[in-house]
Amino acid sequence: MSPAFYVLAPIMVLAALGILFVRKAVHAALLLAVVMISLAVLYAVLEAPFLFAVQIIVYTGAILMLFLFVLMLVGVDASDSTVETIRGQRVLAVVAGLVLGVLLATGLAQISLGAVVGMDEANQGGNVQQLANILFSRYVFAFEVTSALLITAAMGAMVLAHRERLTPKATQRSLAADRVRDYAEKGTHLGPLPAPGVFARHNAVDTPALLPDGTASSLSVSRVLAARGTVRSAPALADDIEEVQRSLSGLPGGSGSAADTSAGSGHNTEQGTGMPASQAGEAGLDDLAHAADGPDPANAADPDGPDDVEGDR
Amino acid sequence: MDDVTPYIVLSSILFTIGCVGVLTRRNAIVVFMCVELMLNACNLALVAFAKQHGNLDGQVAAFFVMVVAAAEVVVGLAIIMTIFRTRRSASVDDASLLKY
Repeated sequence: MSPAFYVLAPIMVLAALGILFVRKAVHAALLLAVVMISLAVLYAVLEAPFLFAVQIIVYTGAILMLFLFVLMLVGVDASDSTVETIRGQRVLAVVAGLVLGVLLATGLAQISLGAVVGMDEANQGGNVQQLANILFSRYVFAFEVTSALLITAAMGAMVLAHRERLTPKATQRSLAADRVRDYAEKGTHLGPLPAPGVFARHNAVDTPALLPDGTASSLSVSRVLAARGTVRSAPALADDIEEVQRSLSGLPGGSGSAADTSAGSGHNTEQGTGMPASQAGEAGLDDLAHAADGPDPANAADPDGPDDVEGDR
Repeated sequence: MDDVTPYIVLSSILFTIGCVGVLTRRNAIVVFMCVELMLNACNLALVAFAKQHGNLDGQVAAFFVMVVAAAEVVVGLAIIMTIFRTRRSASVDDASLLKY
């Protein structure tokens, strides 16, 4: 018995039990991937290298990815309900599972498998070659029928997943017409929605835009974020804004206004002499913004600031 | 020579877990995953018995099980998607229109 079995078997059983107990279907899919990859390794241990490859490519690569695709289409947070529609069904199911397990265990205990023959002789000349010999001689009819099955499955999936378009496709022109009609009839705002992070401390998408009265605009945040509950709340934003205002007003005021104004004017003159007009204008705008902040003692008490701006221009 | 009995035991454990999963879970996709688990458990038993008897028929059977499982998953997931589109639910309890 190889050590790989004793490492993988507990992992597989735990992952399989996890499929029974996890609430979200995505977690179940990932646990199933664990089981399948471990199973592929066990195939390699059991001297079936072809099935090892097929297990990884077909099962883990194709089937499980198909599961994940459908989960994404159906909705990731479509978790299981715990309501029992048939009373006592869960208990009965567990009892039935236990009975099946006991049945299998006693059946296994009754038999003795005897000495293992091993695949050395059967795999002579390569496992894939020997499999091909059998597949295309003794099982050739089953192989051909399999092709019919696969074509039927592909057709069936196409027919089931296909949807006839009942309404004409919305073009940009029709969307614009709808928008203007909504504006004319219901007065809906014609322009785009407010962007998140506008007039807020953060420009992250979870930060709602602030309206002129300081309240957060719920239109500016994606409703997916709102459904997840990860939108930053307006009171937290107000705290942040207060903190920023305090730090802005505290910094120049605390160190002494005289030193600050001299430094500021020196900075301005340097820019006025050395820099092109556009950058100097930017600096002036910056100063204006600081002055417009309101209770900023450094700029409010400094009569030279606005004069400097005028001089620069 | 090493024994294949532990593989058969593991296979039956996985099959039992998949069986209980099919009976208890409500989400159709998870039920499908449990069916896949049962198919995989059978494959493990087939490959183990192939080694026990020293011929490749078990591996060919496991290969065919994989092919049929792939076809089954494709059609089954398409059906689940169609049901989800019309009923907005992937729960096996909600598809009970034939009852009434």
